[in-house]
Formats: sequence, structure tokens, C-alpha cells
Amino acid sequence: MILVWLIVIPLVAGILAWLTARWSTQLPRWISLGAVTLDLLLTLAVWIRGGNSGVAGDATSWLAEVDRSWVPRFGIHFHLAIDGLSLLMLVLTFFLGVMSVLCSWTEIREKIGFFHFNLMWMLAGIAGVFLALDLFLFYFAWELMLIPMYFLIAIWGHERRIYAAIKFLLFTQLSGLLMLIAILALYFMHHQSTGVYTFQYGDLLGTQLSPRAEFWIMLGFITAFGVKLPVVPLHSWLPDAHSQASTAGSVILAGLLLKTGAYGFLRFVVPLFPNGAHEFTPTALVLAVIGIIYGAVMAFAQTDLKRLVAYTSVSHMGFVLLGIFSWNPLGLQGAVMSMLCHGLSTGSLFVLAGVLLERTDTRDMDRMGGLWTTVPRLSGAALFFALASLGLPGLGDFVGEFLVLLGSYQISVGITVVAAGGILASMFYALRLVQRVFHGENTQRWQLPDLSPREALILAPMIVALLWLGLYPQPVFNTFAPAMQNLQRAANLPAVVSQKR
Amino acid sequence: MTRADCVVLLPLILISGISILVMLVIAFKRSHALAAGLTVAGLVAAGMSILAVTPYIPRQVTPLLIMDGYALLYMGLMIASTLAVAVLAYPYFEKHEGHREELYVLLLIATLGCVVLVASSHLVSFFLGLEILSVSLYATIGYLKERQSLEAGIKYLVLAAASSAFLLFGMALVYADLGTMEFARMAETSAVTSTPALLVPGIVLIIIGIGFKLGVVPFHLWTPDVYEGAPAPVTAFVATVSKTAVFALLLRFFYHPGVQQYRAVYVAFVMIAVASMVVGNVVALLQTNVKRILAYSSIAHFGYMLVAFLAGGDMAVEAVTFYLVAYTVTTLGAFGVVTVLSDSRRDADRLDDYRGLFWRRPVVTGIFTVMLLSLAGIPATMGFLGKFYVLAVGASATKWSLIIILVMTSTIGLFYYLRVLVACYAASSERDASVQPVVSVSGFVLAGLTILLIWFGIYPAPLQDVIRRNSGLAVAGVPAREPAKLSVRHGSGTSVSSDRN
Repeated sequence: MILVWLIVIPLVAGILAWLTARWSTQLPRWISLGAVTLDLLLTLAVWIRGGNSGVAGDATSWLAEVDRSWVPRFGIHFHLAIDGLSLLMLVLTFFLGVMSVLCSWTEIREKIGFFHFNLMWMLAGIAGVFLALDLFLFYFAWELMLIPMYFLIAIWGHERRIYAAIKFLLFTQLSGLLMLIAILALYFMHHQSTGVYTFQYGDLLGTQLSPRAEFWIMLGFITAFGVKLPVVPLHSWLPDAHSQASTAGSVILAGLLLKTGAYGFLRFVVPLFPNGAHEFTPTALVLAVIGIIYGAVMAFAQTDLKRLVAYTSVSHMGFVLLGIFSWNPLGLQGAVMSMLCHGLSTGSLFVLAGVLLERTDTRDMDRMGGLWTTVPRLSGAALFFALASLGLPGLGDFVGEFLVLLGSYQISVGITVVAAGGILASMFYALRLVQRVFHGENTQRWQLPDLSPREALILAPMIVALLWLGLYPQPVFNTFAPAMQNLQRAANLPAVVSQKR
Repeated sequence: MTRADCVVLLPLILISGISILVMLVIAFKRSHALAAGLTVAGLVAAGMSILAVTPYIPRQVTPLLIMDGYALLYMGLMIASTLAVAVLAYPYFEKHEGHREELYVLLLIATLGCVVLVASSHLVSFFLGLEILSVSLYATIGYLKERQSLEAGIKYLVLAAASSAFLLFGMALVYADLGTMEFARMAETSAVTSTPALLVPGIVLIIIGIGFKLGVVPFHLWTPDVYEGAPAPVTAFVATVSKTAVFALLLRFFYHPGVQQYRAVYVAFVMIAVASMVVGNVVALLQTNVKRILAYSSIAHFGYMLVAFLAGGDMAVEAVTFYLVAYTVTTLGAFGVVTVLSDSRRDADRLDDYRGLFWRRPVVTGIFTVMLLSLAGIPATMGFLGKFYVLAVGASATKWSLIIILVMTSTIGLFYYLRVLVACYAASSERDASVQPVVSVSGFVLAGLTILLIWFGIYPAPLQDVIRRNSGLAVAGVPAREPAKLSVRHGSGTSVSSDRN
């Protein structure tokens, strides 16, 4: 039941926040903060109780599970379950959820109730995506999180917000509908071969498909996840959406929404279509490397602070894709680690961009410069996160990207060499960011207030978490290990069968 | 006609009776409230009578009408929709001067035509129902006696008369070939002896007649003008009740022979469906009038329904019925909002009327948002499940190209729904202090429709059960030994005992 609560609490809090907004401007904030904190604590409780029990545990069972019949006409179940992978993603979700409520505390002054309604429903949708084990439910949650995001961009965004919001929604909606067709095709083909109508993940694993059907169905899934991740030719919504959204919107977009795409690849694409994924691997690796280099180069060329950070996401997500399609333990661990750390470091960079925007009213790096003297603490924090983003050893991102490269080395040396170049490129854009914004001459004569206690409270846990993940990542690997074994077994099952044939 | 026949026809008799009663009452005392009250009471009574009639079905009443679960289901839907239209019309017409009472007589007669249509099993009752509907619609559309309204009325009159001529000619050809006008016998005869040279042109001409009433491309030219010109509640009626009745008839008419039987007929429907989806969605992009946008959106929606219709099979009737229920609820809600926002001078149909509406009328905008999202097919609304049904039926019949066109065009569709939403949520400088609350009766209707939309959007099982139980069409007059082809395809259909023959 705890899984249902994880989704219901933000939903209810969202409605309450909306309703109470007419009486108080503070109440919606406190309600949202309380709800997300409660969810975070619940998730941590699940983690402490069972998630850390280690590799030796029973690898087949879920940590918690809810399964009810929902739409019997189609064999649709309300099936939620949590394993190590979902757990890590949920911890990240609610952790960043708390941060996004805190970072919009003073930024959002218009329609506070409706803002928090959207924020909460969005988090509920994301939690639903990470928990759903019924493909219909998964699609339901997948689409449900888009509408609040659309409003978050379209109402509280910056000057080109409408354009960005519509572009975001059209990209994700079209790719989502293609995935729906793929889900339906899988559903009917599973019925053809077994006579059972089901959307259950567990049942659909190992469905016998002709290679051609498998390829096309997989392509439907890949389109949806590739738009979210984003994989390079499908990424063009991202810089606009990220740079135009309000701070909380950007944090959630970069920190969580992109992870739903990566999660989809991990949970659905490879296990459901192992043979297709195997064939697709070379393409995916090339696309990943293109993403890494392209994102880094584009980031280097930006003058808009938020756009720069947005393009670094493209680059980092390339590493995630590389790790996933390496599909060996090192690569997978690296991918998950990168997902977590990217959420933290990029989320923090967006928070900092928001903090600067609130003070200077600009995102243009040409108008900044020499801020270190006036805001030393803020600048120090920015340097820290920039270093994390470029993969400094000792911080989380390094662990993730290093493991990804180790994993991909076993698959293709050439690809790995080029991808490692991406780390080099990341050094240029990260240091350029710090140099342009905080060093040099203070041409605009900025005199700004330094970090407030609230802002410090947002950034301090992020710093701690990144240090922890960088220095002692083992708990994360322990949590992920059983889930990873399950994924790998699911993906290998039909392959083994076909070898026997 | 036996006594039992009269009992079964109770809904029709009640509607006819109440329309005569309202007419007589108007002759003695002109009172808008009285006329509206009597209409509502009569419709409620007719709705109740459907439950009373249920034990006696299925029953063939004269060769003209068949009262089966399918007919009763649609009658219930249409009577409930007319009820909503009547309630919405009362405050709307209260603002207008002139004779308002006859509107309700016309509405009731139009409903009678629709009720006859869904129960008809004979070309004669088909034509009679359609003409009862059309003639009362001419007057209803032009009811306001303003230029636009009259223009719309005349336009509808001319085009509807022309299409009736096509329909009659088609019926004549079909009769000349098959020698019968009963749907069931037509199926039987056409399977044994038929001259395609007569039959196919006949059916195509009938399709033209039906296509006109549905407003599908290329017979759609009246739709935007009539939607725009007619008073908003009447537009709601035209968009929902009249089109639902005709589509229900279409399903019954083609249930027996099956669409696929004649290549030409099938191709004609494919072309109509594709053209409706493409033209409806693309032309809607160019509109700046909300009623016209909704008009083109309805064209597109009937294109979607035709996809399910073309897929055929047992699930098609169920899918189309669910879609029609969803479409009716949503469209009533959308036009309900337009009605509520309109004043005595003109209808609130310009996009500018909606600019910044959210900041002035948050509740109405919230309802409008839900309606538009349902039209766009976003999860947690009935519109999504409707689209899911259509895609599922299409996928099960492997009509891949049709459903891919559906997905592509409905993504285009999302764009213009978003345009309306963007206008609603645009920052508005004028803060209308004179916020008048929603007129209470309309408010109840809108709130009810919204709750229905979300409730069945999340938990559709009860509605699905009702539809499934009633989606088997009774095969009237067909002897116990049905042609093998029919009994296989429609095994779930209840067949009427042919004791009366």
C-alpha cells in the first residue's frame, strides 16, 4: 500500500494547495513541502528496510508490490512495484521535489496555488512512471506528467515560454502516441501467441515476436524514450524547454523527466526486445557518442546560462545511453550512477541559474562577469557543481561516467575513445561557465546579495549527496544489483532460447 | 400493434406526447420557464421509461423499428444529452428577447427524430427519422433571427435537402436491386443475389447522405458555418445528439453486410476517414473562432470513429459507442462553457474572448481545460480511453496505416487545442472585477459533465459493462439459421426470436 500512498499524497497535496491558495500565499508552499518530504521519508524508509539488503537477497521478488484489476475489459491492472532501480529513481524524484518546492519559494508570485498543484501532480506522474508495471498504467502516468509540465513552462516560464511549451508537448505527445501504438501491437501479438490479453510487464517479457515486428514495436518505444532522454536527432525541444521553464520546472525537467526516458530504456526497451535491442546497439552507441560530443560543443557555444546547462544535459544523457546499451554490469551501474548524479549536479546548476536570474534579471552570460567578489558563497557553490558536472574525481558524476566508459570499452574501443573525448570537452564548457560568470571584470558593477539561508539549505544537501556518491557509491550499487540482475536475466532469457533452437 | 408493442415504444411516445403538450401549453400561456420545465420533466420521464422498457427487449415493432439494447443505450445517451442542452439553453435564451418557447418544441421533435433513427431497421424509418431531425434543425439553427443564425439555417436547409435527395435516390437503387428495405433482409438478399452495378452506387449514395449529416469530409462544408451561426446550445445539440444518432444508424446499417464486403464501399469509407482526419485537424489550425475550431475538431473526431468502424469486428461497435459517449460528454461540456460565457449580444466564440480567461473565471476555465484535454485525448479523461479504444480496435484489425495517420493528425490536433488553452491562460492585464458566478443550473450541468468525464476516464469499468451488454445488435427478422458468416462474426449479438413472422 505504501506505493499507492507515494502517488496519492502528492495528488491530494496538489488539490489542497490549489484550494488553500485563496486564503494564504504561504500555505500551498508548506503543504507541498510537507507532502514531498513525507514521500521522501517513506521512500527512504523502504530503502533502509529492504533496499540495502544486498546482492544475496532473493533477486526475483519486488521490494513492495500492489496489483489490482483496473479495467477488466482489456486486462488492465493497477500494478505498481518497486525494485532497486525504481527505488533509486524515487529517492531522486522526491529529493529534487523538495528542492524544487524550496527553490520556487520566492520566485513564484503569481497563481501560487495552481503552480503547486502542477508541481505536485507532475511529481505524482513521475513517481507513477517509475512504479508502473502495467504498460497501460505506465503510458497513463507517462502522459499525465506532461500536462502539468506544459503549464509549468507555459505560465511561469520566461519570454518565449509558449513556443517552448508547445514544442515540448508536441514532441512528447507524438512520440508517446507512437509508443501507445507499439504497446497495443505488443498486446495483440502477445494475445496471438498465448491467447491472453494482458498489459502486465511480467507477462509480456519474452513474448515471441517475429524479428520484423520486434524491430518496429521497439522503434515505437525508442522514439518515446529517445525524445525524453534525449537522443540527439530528437533533442531539439530540450534547450527551449529547459531555458524557458521557471527554476523548479528546469530542475524537474533536467533532474527527473530526462531520467524517465533512461528508465524506459532500462526497464522496457532492452528486456522486452532483447534481440531487437542487440541489433540496435551499434546505432545506439553511435547516437550516444554523437550526443556526448554534440551536447558538449553546443554547450560551449551558448551565451544563455540556462541554455548552456541544458546542452550539458544532452551530453550527459549520451553517457547514460552509452552505459545502457553496453548492457554489462559496469555499464549499467555507470548509467544509473550518472542518472542520479546528473539529476543532482544539473539540478543544482539550474537552481543557481535561477538564483542568479532572480538577482540580476538576466540569463545572458555576457552581462555577467566578476561576480565572485560580490557573491563569494554562491560562486563557490557554482564552482563545485561545475566541477561535478565536468567529472572531477571524488564527485558522483566521475564515478558514473568512468564506469560507463569501462563498460563500453568491453563493447567497442573506438566508441569509448571518442566518448572519453566528451569528458575533455565538458571541462571546457564547465570552466568557461565559471570563468565567464564569476571571474573576470565586473563590467555591469553588480552588487548582489549572497546566498540566503533558504538557498544554502537547498544547495548543501546536494553538495553532501554528490560527495557521498563520489566517495562511497557502494550503497547505490548494492541497491541496484538485484534489480540489475533481474533486468539482465529478462533480457537474456529469449536469447538463450534462440541459441538452443 | 399489440399492447406490448406500445409499451416498448414508450420512450418515443413520451417524447412525442411531451412535444405536443409543450406546443399546446404555449398556445395558452407563453412562459419560458414553464416550457423549459415541461421539456425537462418530459425528457426525464422518457429517460426513466427506458429503464421500464428494458425487460421487454429485444423486440421488433412493425417492420420499421427494432427496440434492442443497442437502441435503448443510444436513446438514453441522446435523451440525457438533450436534457443537458435544454438546461443549458434556458439561461442562454433567457438573455435573449423574443419568442423563446418554441425552441423546446423543436428540440423535442429533433430528439424524436434521433430516437427513431437509432431504432430504425428499415429504410423508411431511417428516412423518416432523418427528415424529422433535419426539418426541426432548420428552424432551430436559424432560431435567433439574426443574420448569421439565419444564414446558417438556410445553408443547412439547402445542403440537407440536397443530401436527402441523394439519400432517397440511393435507397431507390438499393430497393430496385434487392427488393426489400429491411436492413436484415437486405443483408440476406445481397449475400445471395445482387447486381453490384445497382447496389454499390445505391450504397455509395446512401453514404453521401449519411456523410452529410455526420459532417465528414468532403461533405463537411456546412459544419463550420452552422456551428458558428447557430446559437451555442443548438450547436451543442447539432454536434452531439444529431451526429450520434446518425452514426448509430450507420453502425446498424452496415452491421449486417459488413463494410468489407464491397471493395468500393470500403475504399470510399477509408477515403472519407483519412480526409476527415487530415482536413479536420489541419484546417482547424487556421481558425480563430472557437466554435469553428470545435467544428473542425468534430470533423476530425468522426474521422477517428470511422477508423474503428472500418476495423469492424466485435469490438468496433463497442469502441465507437464508447467514443461517442466520450465525445458527447466532452462536446456538451465545451459548448456548455461557450454558452455560459455568451451574452445577449453575441456568442463568446472569438479566441480573444478567451484571452486571460483563467485569471477572471478560474472554475469555468478549469472545466474548459478538462474538456479540451479530453478532446485532445489526454489520459484521465474519457477522450483518452475513447482514443485508446479506437487505436486498440485498429491495431487488432492490423489497420496500421490508418492508426498511424490517426496518431499523426491527432498530434496536429493537439496544437489547436493548445492554442485555445494558451489564450485562456495568457497573462491578462485587465482584471475583471465584475466576476459574475456561473448561472447555477448551467453550473450543475457543467460540473456533472466534468465529474463524469474524469470518473469514467479513470474508472471506465461500469460504463464498459453497460456498453458491452448492449453493443450486440439484434438481428431482426433473420431466421434462426443465420448465414454462417454472420453467426461467426457476430456471435455475441443477441438474436431476436422471430416468433412474430
